[in-house]
Amino acid sequence: MAKRAAPEVNAGSMADIAFLLLIFFLVTTTIEIDSGLNRKLPPIEETEPPIIKEKNIFQLTVNGNNELFLKAAGSDGDLIKLKDLRKAAVAFLDNGGGTGDDACKSCKGKRNPKSSDNFQKAIISLQNDRGTSYETYIAVQNEIIAAYNVLRNREFEQKYPNMGVNFVEGDIEYNDARTSPERKAQLKDKLEDIKLLIPQKFSEAEPKKSN
Amino acid sequence: MSKFKKKKGGEMPAVNTASLPDIVFMLLFFFMVATVMRKDTLKIKNSLPAADQVEKLAKRNLLMYIYAGKPSESYKQFGSEARIQLNDKFADVSEIPAFIAAERADKREEEVPFLTTVLSVDKDTNMGLVSDVKQKLREVNALKINYKTRKGNLIDSPK
Repeated sequence: MAKRAAPEVNAGSMADIAFLLLIFFLVTTTIEIDSGLNRKLPPIEETEPPIIKEKNIFQLTVNGNNELFLKAAGSDGDLIKLKDLRKAAVAFLDNGGGTGDDACKSCKGKRNPKSSDNFQKAIISLQNDRGTSYETYIAVQNEIIAAYNVLRNREFEQKYPNMGVNFVEGDIEYNDARTSPERKAQLKDKLEDIKLLIPQKFSEAEPKKSN
Repeated sequence: MSKFKKKKGGEMPAVNTASLPDIVFMLLFFFMVATVMRKDTLKIKNSLPAADQVEKLAKRNLLMYIYAGKPSESYKQFGSEARIQLNDKFADVSEIPAFIAAERADKREEEVPFLTTVLSVDKDTNMGLVSDVKQKLREVNALKINYKTRKGNLIDSPK
């Protein structure tokens, strides 16, 4: 008997089926990478808060009209604009006014005795009002993180110039799954070192009740 | 010479579409892989504030989402005050501890310390509500939080 050729399946409609699926996924897709500002809340403690010298506090207040007041370096509180905040925070953290045990070796600031002693002592405090808008709050938080990142980048680049990255880039690389384990191990202790050198000391007072 | 003469009645040859399914499939696979289905259906307005010092959130399964904002157009009956949404429902601040406990119970024990609470809050919300949420989170010792933001410049934001 003569061999019969197997009849060919008509694949003409394959494209249509694939298109249908494609369109479904196109519509449902949200290519969205979650990103945001990482923060840590203070635990609720019963103990008395430690006594901190006033010069070591960078006291920020945001009122219900989204205006910023800054009390630091011996001033009684000035209105400050958001765009000046980063600079002011860097100047405060980097001041290095401490002497003796509190002296700050890597600070490059003005060494104003009325402002912060060193990186470890400097605290940024933020108080907001219940009426403050979330957008302003995030903007302020962002500027404070930016100030820390400026200093951390500077110290990282100065201490480890061979790494080829700064602190922020290093941190991203460290958290990237594609980075090799050797590179991660290299980065880890260096990042930790900088985090210890310039800790993010940030305190948030409970919001004021107002009107 | 007749060799170079055009064929008579030369119709345009049909474009070969045999590889069309392959191309489409390739696109399909790309979108299938890149798709992230939304976990919750948002019932609130949720336009996030912008920030430029953002960090990526690492593990998707270790995140707990708390949404807040004004009810969106289709849920006008819930008022115009900013509200919290947990999972798919509107919720009260007092329901947060139960929500966190439920989320923790879902996870393996060794993962619990790494859980992060993502606050996905609309930018027009007042800080009062956010502070209440934060206070509740402190009470249940869920201290790792993340303010979800858009990546962008702040300069154009007010004040």
